[in-house]
Amino acid sequence: MTPRRAGAFIIGLTVVGIALAMFGRAAAPATPVRVGSKSFTESYVVAEIVARVIEEVAEASVERRFGLGGTGIAFGALASGEIDVYPEYTGTISRAILKDASVTTIDALRSRLRPLGLTISDPLGFANTYALAVARATATRLGLRTISDLARHPGLTAAFDPGFIDRDDGWRGLRRHYGLPLTRVTGMEHALTYQAVASGHVDVIDVFSTDGQLERYDLVVLEDDRHFFPEYAAVLLARASLPERLPRTWSALRERLAGRIDRLTMVRLNAAVELDHRTFAQAAATFLGDRDAAQPARRHDLIGDVGRLTLEHLALVAVSLAVAVAIGLPLGLVAARHRVVGQVELMSVGVLQTIPALALLAFMIPLFGIGKLPALVALSLYALLPIVRNTYAGVSSLDRQLVDMAAVMQLGRWQRLAWIELPLASVTIMAGIKTAAVLTVGTATLAAFIGGGGYGTLIVTGLALNDVRMILAGAIPAALMALAIHVAFEALDRLVVPRPLRGARDTA
Amino acid sequence: MLALRDVTKTFGARVAVDHVSLTVARGTTRILLGSSGSGKSTILRLILGLLRPDHGEISVDGGMGYVVQEGALYPHLTARQNATLPARAQEWSTARMAERLDVLAKLVALDPDLLDLYPAELSGGQRQRVGLARALMLDPPVLLLDEPLGALDPISRAELQTHLVAIFRELGKTVLFVTHDVREAFLFGSTITLLDNGRVVQEGTFEDLARRPAERYVAEFLRAQVPPPDMTAYL
Repeated sequence: MTPRRAGAFIIGLTVVGIALAMFGRAAAPATPVRVGSKSFTESYVVAEIVARVIEEVAEASVERRFGLGGTGIAFGALASGEIDVYPEYTGTISRAILKDASVTTIDALRSRLRPLGLTISDPLGFANTYALAVARATATRLGLRTISDLARHPGLTAAFDPGFIDRDDGWRGLRRHYGLPLTRVTGMEHALTYQAVASGHVDVIDVFSTDGQLERYDLVVLEDDRHFFPEYAAVLLARASLPERLPRTWSALRERLAGRIDRLTMVRLNAAVELDHRTFAQAAATFLGDRDAAQPARRHDLIGDVGRLTLEHLALVAVSLAVAVAIGLPLGLVAARHRVVGQVELMSVGVLQTIPALALLAFMIPLFGIGKLPALVALSLYALLPIVRNTYAGVSSLDRQLVDMAAVMQLGRWQRLAWIELPLASVTIMAGIKTAAVLTVGTATLAAFIGGGGYGTLIVTGLALNDVRMILAGAIPAALMALAIHVAFEALDRLVVPRPLRGARDTA
Repeated sequence: MLALRDVTKTFGARVAVDHVSLTVARGTTRILLGSSGSGKSTILRLILGLLRPDHGEISVDGGMGYVVQEGALYPHLTARQNATLPARAQEWSTARMAERLDVLAKLVALDPDLLDLYPAELSGGQRQRVGLARALMLDPPVLLLDEPLGALDPISRAELQTHLVAIFRELGKTVLFVTHDVREAFLFGSTITLLDNGRVVQEGTFEDLARRPAERYVAEFLRAQVPPPDMTAYL
């Protein structure tokens, strides 16, 4: 392959990728209201309430795009027009989105959001503020009632959500504000901290004031006696075009929801899902007074969807792996031919690998929206490193005499590649592809955070519900799939790697 | 014909080939003799175009066949696929390749039953015969051999030495044969070019070198490989 043809090949692949991306966007229907949610119970429930109200008004149909990770992903989806509305909190809007803590009133928030093409509803009623909680036994034993009381016990251990630790309105600011001496602080996914505190592994966790779990684990919420935490009043954050496009829908949302969901109601709705195993839909129906839909039936078992999710997951892995091979193999070959290009390439692909998977997914939203496409792009990028690196290593470490001999025999560039270099390097290249495949099975579980589907759907929902059974229903098949793919690749090796080279793997 | 005119090749500060001029007349065999590191292999690689000379000119008329010490057979191809690879690159028909391989297998005395084995399943001598067949596949006028017998056990080595002498004579190839083995150089009975440190020390018949050494080094090099006289007495 001449360098020009190699270049054309890579450009071709890129064009196909972009075309696919545009197709993906164009295919999304424009008319329905796309309601989003973050991936925790309250956000799911409020979003479901919103969806049902919109459906009742029937001015437009509804598309539910729930479980969009944290603020980065959910807001990213809204900002890039992938969703029209999702439940958010005033404190999050001012601090994490506008990055200006001085904006607190609804009017001020609205005027600051207007230039961004966004707006908010009136407050829904409840506020979901950060709070610190301890087990009742601990509170009684140490006489803990307020956050100030913690200052007297520097030996306590704490587990906080990573999103809480690194925020000025989270642990970083709180510690300064109260002069707290706690040093034994670890990061832990929010849904897991309850078990950690209940089992006595840690003493203090961060909670939200509306958590349904507070009852279940019998936790005491420490009073914010020095008023550190700002108010996180729930609102609907929407694209400004939504009230303009669907005025009846918007006013119905205001009438039915604004000031109608107080804190206790929200705690009850959260508890209905997390403690009584109602579906989000049933909880939402309860609030809306729809008795039939609110009937306590068994929760629709997402676990029953394992078959469909397996196909989704497999498709994510197969497509992203195929794209990664189609791009990574030529990149590896180019790297093996041009030393400088090779080093630049390997470094870039290496840097790509250091981006945390969730961050990479968040970066994809402005480019590719949410759903399967951005997940596939991110997974493909993630799978590149082992493929590029092994192709490069395999081809550049071939026996010099064998390579020279091919030149002496005047094999053409393609003949050399197809007859000599690729077969000889096949063991190493296949090992790289195998590594990429197994890694991708694991990484693909994160696709659910941007609505990409797959086993991650169970894991994300399970985490939101603190439902270990559901988490395992996603995690175990994913592990089995990784095993199955490993076995499948052993078989594929027999097809791809020439017989006399197979033994070499053990000695190589 | 094969000619080098004042060819120099350096690797960093090391001069691997130092103003070497060398002409091999059509249809003759030339022995390139020297110890390891004397620049013999580098000269072959320059002739093959695998390296570019810093200085000087190289001319070769016609294609070249190349045979190296370990055979350099492709481990993933059978003996047959290895030997016919140059023909496959030229898009010969299967029938034509098979016919040509038949002739070559007889010429290099390779049992046709071995043709469908992989290199790892062949002996060193058999591998070299396959390598030779591959070098002869397109019937190139020039053959370059880099210590082709160096890795063989003494018996197959002696056997193949005699064999090669006959083949070269029969085919009338222009041959450049690299070796460090004085006995081998003597056996081919052709002109010898002795190299040391990338430099041509002497050129001539074995008798010239033995009787009229140009430098002390020539005599030292030849003598170093002579078996002790009391040993020859036993044989």
